[in-house]
Amino acid sequence: MPFSSFKEFMPRQDLLSFLVLALVLLVALPLALDVMRLNQVGKFLSFAFVAVGLVLCWGYGGILSLGQGVFYGLGGYALAMYLKLEASTPENTAIQTTPGIPDFMDWNRITELPWFWEPFYSLTFAIIAVVVVPSIVAYLIGVAMFKRRVGGVYFAIITQSIAAILTILIIGQQGLTGGVNGITDLRTLKGWNIHTDEASYILYFVCVALLFVCLLVAQYIRRSKTGRILVAMRGQEDRVRFSGYDIANFKVFVFCVGAAFAGIGGAMFTLQEGFMSPSFVGVVPSIEMVIFCAVGGRLSIIGAVYGVLLVSVAKTLFGESFPDLWLFAMGLIFIGVVLALPNGIAGLYANWVAPHVDRLLDRLFGKPGEPRIDVLQPSSQGASS
Amino acid sequence: MSAAVLLSGISLTATANPSTAEVNTTGLAVTDNTVKVGILHSITGTMAISEEGSVQAEILAIEQINAMGGVLGRQIEYVQEDGASDWPTFADRANKLLRQDKVAAVFGCWTSASRKAVLPIFERNNGMLYYPTFYEGLEQSPNVIYTGQEATQQILAGLDWVSEDKGAKTFYLIGSDYIWPRTSNKIARTHIEQHLGGQVVGEDYFPLGHTSFNSVINRIRLRKPDVIFASVVGGSNVAFYRQLKAAGLDMTKEDFTLLTISVTEDEILGIGGDNIEGAYASMKYFQSLPNENNQAFVEAFKARWGADAVIGDVTQAAYLGPWLWKAAVEKAGSFDVDRVREASPGIELTTAPEGYVRIHENHHLWSKTRIGHAQRDGQFKVVYETEELMEPDPFPAGYQ
Repeated sequence: MPFSSFKEFMPRQDLLSFLVLALVLLVALPLALDVMRLNQVGKFLSFAFVAVGLVLCWGYGGILSLGQGVFYGLGGYALAMYLKLEASTPENTAIQTTPGIPDFMDWNRITELPWFWEPFYSLTFAIIAVVVVPSIVAYLIGVAMFKRRVGGVYFAIITQSIAAILTILIIGQQGLTGGVNGITDLRTLKGWNIHTDEASYILYFVCVALLFVCLLVAQYIRRSKTGRILVAMRGQEDRVRFSGYDIANFKVFVFCVGAAFAGIGGAMFTLQEGFMSPSFVGVVPSIEMVIFCAVGGRLSIIGAVYGVLLVSVAKTLFGESFPDLWLFAMGLIFIGVVLALPNGIAGLYANWVAPHVDRLLDRLFGKPGEPRIDVLQPSSQGASS
Repeated sequence: MSAAVLLSGISLTATANPSTAEVNTTGLAVTDNTVKVGILHSITGTMAISEEGSVQAEILAIEQINAMGGVLGRQIEYVQEDGASDWPTFADRANKLLRQDKVAAVFGCWTSASRKAVLPIFERNNGMLYYPTFYEGLEQSPNVIYTGQEATQQILAGLDWVSEDKGAKTFYLIGSDYIWPRTSNKIARTHIEQHLGGQVVGEDYFPLGHTSFNSVINRIRLRKPDVIFASVVGGSNVAFYRQLKAAGLDMTKEDFTLLTISVTEDEILGIGGDNIEGAYASMKYFQSLPNENNQAFVEAFKARWGADAVIGDVTQAAYLGPWLWKAAVEKAGSFDVDRVREASPGIELTTAPEGYVRIHENHHLWSKTRIGHAQRDGQFKVVYETEELMEPDPFPAGYQ
């Protein structure tokens, strides 16, 4: 047992943040929003998976990946392939030259299902692929880079190129991937219509539940010894290496975790939107995901979720009200956050709200809070876990 | 038929407004005096330059209809959304227009990718989309009216013309690498080989945005085709035509014919008239069409959007959208999507800038196909038009 008590795993400030977030996502939003808006929030939350992964990789491990869209896309495409095969029954595709294969293959004169599509007839395989494929790709990239001690800006550039390469590959191989159109017109999951209002509600709650699973995993990692080593690594990589730790393994590990989270996010997007597009894979969306994380606060997993929600909601509302101006408005928000709030919303909370909450908790429960373990000022407490 | 439609339209607008409860039984955004519609195009991102003309045409049509008294006595209010050249954003905004704004119809989309993204949303929420772009066919949704040409209408007449008029026997097909050029060339190749007795001597595709065409231009010079059949889209066009000219393949000299299905007056703004002078385009509409409808349309368009505005094929097709919808609503006597859909086949516009169009049972338009000869000033001179209206055939037997 790596933690001696629940409190060590989840200090009360963190517990409070988790509870408030749960209240917001599970009670407040479903009560306040109609099903269309809730579905939109669900799609936004699919990016929160990526942002939480980025907090671990970037905020904690100091690994800035500008290619998280790759993993989001792989997860999304894995599930989309299953759903597309389910939608492409011979009856539904009777007008095609070759009935029974996805429509875009038929348009591209492909007459036989490609081999790598075959396993995606199985939902179990697809669900496993959603997590495993991004992880394997992240592992390969991680081993190739970190073992050679490639890091910092170089790593960011390489991940960015991988995002560009995958986009070109998907768009270029349109007979196999759906090309620039993406994989569209997904209808049912094991015969269950994913487009009804009821399905939108259920998928929203599934999305929130999975997000909390990822948040708890992230919390576990950041509170464990690994989390501390990651922080140490970010500060002084050489010292950690000289202490006998294999830096590369820790980096590969956290990069894989981030990729797996992103893959789940992509799959949740596919389910809630009913299609998957290469426009999430490229460089621009990948950078956007980093911005989500930066706005929320790159040191706070809960902050990342709020960052995603805030930026996405702003983007949608601006976009709907001022179609001509919204890009400028978004730019201003980002500049403002970077200049004024280097630790994002979470930094704002930590500086202005958290001390008051702490005092309130002290008064309520009549005992001094345990020393806060802050990643910025690692304390000695819990180091022997 | 045409007189009946026009008369019923006139009689309905002439009488007092029918009650809202009567013309709107499905909860659309219709009041006693107004009706909401949506405009959904990219006004930011890479597609904005192409879609701008469509937005302008749709707004112009709506304003003209309002000035004439609206639809069923109701003024049209439009909600404009930005698809931002991003297909998931298109889907998201379409959802919002149909479910939150409850619009009675949407005029929008340009690329096939954006249409494919919104299609399931329109079918699920039973919305009505008027889609203006010439496209690859292979689709026929009860929730879409396709106001541009599908591939066979655009391609077959063009190939027939070049075969007869120029005596062309050998063809080189070149296009951007996505669904529309690939499907178009599939149809073109079948037609050339099986109906015209010609030969395809080359077929090449290039990624969207590709700007280096020198290797294919060399292959073209070696194989000396009678016709280069081009479906290169977007910014690639600029590079393609400039490099073609620089390589000495001069289209004004008539030793070969370049037939494009992807260059309208809008694209020539970027390519430059002197770079494409002498090329032929197969479209249903050119700004220079001499009929009265078109002269009035061009005049109104320039008065509204500036004297420098040019009007391409898609812009004109977008302009038809609101008018076709108005005619269908008035024929149905209702804004209900199901009734508008039932009323749509057979709707005709004698006032269309392209002359005359009629909606086919398959939701595409009967229209004429024309060949334009590109002039130095960026306009096309119409050198040929089909005598009959071309029947839309989105699932052409024998060509798939």
